[in-house]
Amino acid sequence: MSALPRADELGLIGCHVCGQVCSLGSEDAEALACPRCGSAMHRRKPAVYARCWALLIAAFLMYIPANVLPIMRTASLGDIDDNTILSGVVELWVKGSPGLAVIVFCASIMVPMLKFLALGTLLISCQRGSNWARRQRAQLYRLVELIGYWSMLDVFVVALLTALVRFGYFSLVEPLPGVVFFGLTVVLTMFASMCFDPRLIWDGKEDSDD
Amino acid sequence: MALSPPDTFDAVSTVHPLLICEHCDTVHHRCPLAMGEVARCARCGAVLERCRGMRAGTMLAMLLTALVVFVQATLWPIVTLGLNGQHVHATLWNVVQIMWNDHSQVVAVLVAATLFVFPLIKILTLGWLLLYARNGRRAPGFRPLMVGLHHLGPWTMSEVFVLGALVSIVKAHLYFDVIPDPGIYAYGVLMLLITLFASIDLDRLWDETSDEDAGAAP
Repeated sequence: MSALPRADELGLIGCHVCGQVCSLGSEDAEALACPRCGSAMHRRKPAVYARCWALLIAAFLMYIPANVLPIMRTASLGDIDDNTILSGVVELWVKGSPGLAVIVFCASIMVPMLKFLALGTLLISCQRGSNWARRQRAQLYRLVELIGYWSMLDVFVVALLTALVRFGYFSLVEPLPGVVFFGLTVVLTMFASMCFDPRLIWDGKEDSDD
Repeated sequence: MALSPPDTFDAVSTVHPLLICEHCDTVHHRCPLAMGEVARCARCGAVLERCRGMRAGTMLAMLLTALVVFVQATLWPIVTLGLNGQHVHATLWNVVQIMWNDHSQVVAVLVAATLFVFPLIKILTLGWLLLYARNGRRAPGFRPLMVGLHHLGPWTMSEVFVLGALVSIVKAHLYFDVIPDPGIYAYGVLMLLITLFASIDLDRLWDETSDEDAGAAP
């Protein structure tokens, strides 16, 4: 793999906004602007670990009330029924369509969990400079970036049902605080994955096997 | 200046012979791509460059379609629910308004931003840039607009909303009469168009346009 040169070794730097390739002078690489698009250029994104951990931990703290607190209240003829994310999935499975229940389960429960586990793994392994499964970790990061925003699904479902089910005493849907926390979880995890710099996966120890 | 493009290559008008993978920092020589081909990084497998099978004019036409459909999806009611002869319908604006009044301002802002403000900005900006890119020119404000588009990234979520509407319909179907309205069809078409646009490599606009005529443009 050593046949593939890295920009850092060649004294080059790539702009991560427009892709422009520039050669670095002798001066400090930080605090430089891309000659083509004017964005700040970084050899690696600044303060990756501090920012990424902070956002990830904040997201996780939001994720607890998001799952414990109910996200939606259904009131029908004086009958009040509070739903959490999980009970919403169960209800969909039992009464409606199991296929859709699986999709909601993936978007609302599996994707956020995957993001916590994946970003946590990436951060720890990069901080240790590990050369373990680099290509797979790079793929994992791209997967997280690709599917991350689909978690917003449940927030939209609650919003749309609230707007639609307005039959006064007969039937009424209200949003509950859980959905606010869940929305914040999704936004914070999206910021966390944006802050991460996948180039760090390939820094550190040289590859030994492949 | 410490920063300059290597050797004799002009940063603005010439396609640079090197490519740096933004995911792993590996330097590649650029190969000419045929229509529909994708260049992937040899080290990490990330997409380096895509050659879209579409000209700027075609994209502009599709974008115009997307704008028309987007306006319809936003203004028209999405679904109507019926219970005991009573009917309620909702547009996207109703959703935002009702969430705001129902103590969920955070959700209202998220919905308004990801389903209305950001998609609209994206469509209009891209349209403006493509209008000039058809002739290989850079639109006034090309630089800040391209940077803005890059940062807009994943914050447009119309396609997620389509799935959300589907889930809502299935849930509501248990207790109410559900009548789909034109808005939901408009959203369906919008989702298809977004999927087509997702494969477009915007960074190529930097290489395919030049600054020369930008000053003369209105």
